[in-house]
Amino acid sequence: MVTAAYAQAAAEPVAIPVREAMPWVVFAGLLLLMALYFIGAEEGAASLINGTYVHEFLHDGRHLLGFPCH
Amino acid sequence: MVRTLLVRGMLVGVLAAILSFAFLKLAGEPAVEQAIAFETRQEEAQAATAREEATRKGQPAPLEAVKSEPVSRSTQSGIGLLTGVVAYNVAFGGLFALAFSLAYGRIGPYGARATAVLLALSAFIAVCLVPSLKYPAGPPSVGEAETIGIRTGLFFAMMVLSLAAMMGAWMLRKRLAARFGEWNAGLAAAGGYLVVVAAVSIVLPGVNEVPEGFPATVLWQFRIASLGANAIMWAILGIGFGAWAERALVASGYARAVRLA
Repeated sequence: MVTAAYAQAAAEPVAIPVREAMPWVVFAGLLLLMALYFIGAEEGAASLINGTYVHEFLHDGRHLLGFPCH
Repeated sequence: MVRTLLVRGMLVGVLAAILSFAFLKLAGEPAVEQAIAFETRQEEAQAATAREEATRKGQPAPLEAVKSEPVSRSTQSGIGLLTGVVAYNVAFGGLFALAFSLAYGRIGPYGARATAVLLALSAFIAVCLVPSLKYPAGPPSVGEAETIGIRTGLFFAMMVLSLAAMMGAWMLRKRLAARFGEWNAGLAAAGGYLVVVAAVSIVLPGVNEVPEGFPATVLWQFRIASLGANAIMWAILGIGFGAWAERALVASGYARAVRLA
């Protein structure tokens, strides 16, 4: 047990190959950024959907999370 | 491996969201309510002035503007706030995990937990603290509707430039580390980051749209609550994700055991 703990403490990081990470970083990254756009700016600074429902529904979160609102 | 990290990042984001939501309910919503009360008082005072003027001129009283409220206050401060906070935390949890998958083993000889904490601290400073020092969060009735486009643009510009400067600082640190040592390289990179973001915030225009008579204590409470919710998120992501990611990385051979003599 003690040896295992020491071995782990002294473990050296091995980087994940960029080839493996890239598809995830690009695709999931884009989806997550779009989610942030919908929370932060849709029906505020920009608008993809007509109306004000998204804006009003997310109103408090938008203010409290620090996005410019109104 | 990246799939596992992404899933874990988003799940830690859910945990961060629960704590962040509880904090905002206790520390943030009272300020939102007070700000809305201020807004209502302002509107009523304006309407009263308009009525008086109309009576003085012998004109019929102006029609009261009917305010349409598609979403009730209780929805906004309940399920609406929860939805926003969960989506925000899960999105940042996922993005954080993706950034971690590239930073791990590349920013320096740090294990998973140390990498996660350093990365989360950097992200908090770059994405939240610095942009909100220049463009602080505003409660309802602070900020004019006509300037929402420019304010959003400036806020995101500040965020992107600050993040780019932070990434540049980490690359600079790595290049300097071999020659000047880890500590000195870190200090130089941190100094470089500060100089860049200070210059950017001096150059970008300021925004001051706090209406006259808005209570300063409400503004302070609101901004501290906003900053606190973000601090909670980055702390949970940094600490929680690091511990959980470490297990997966060690089990999959992404940590080479160093033989101790």
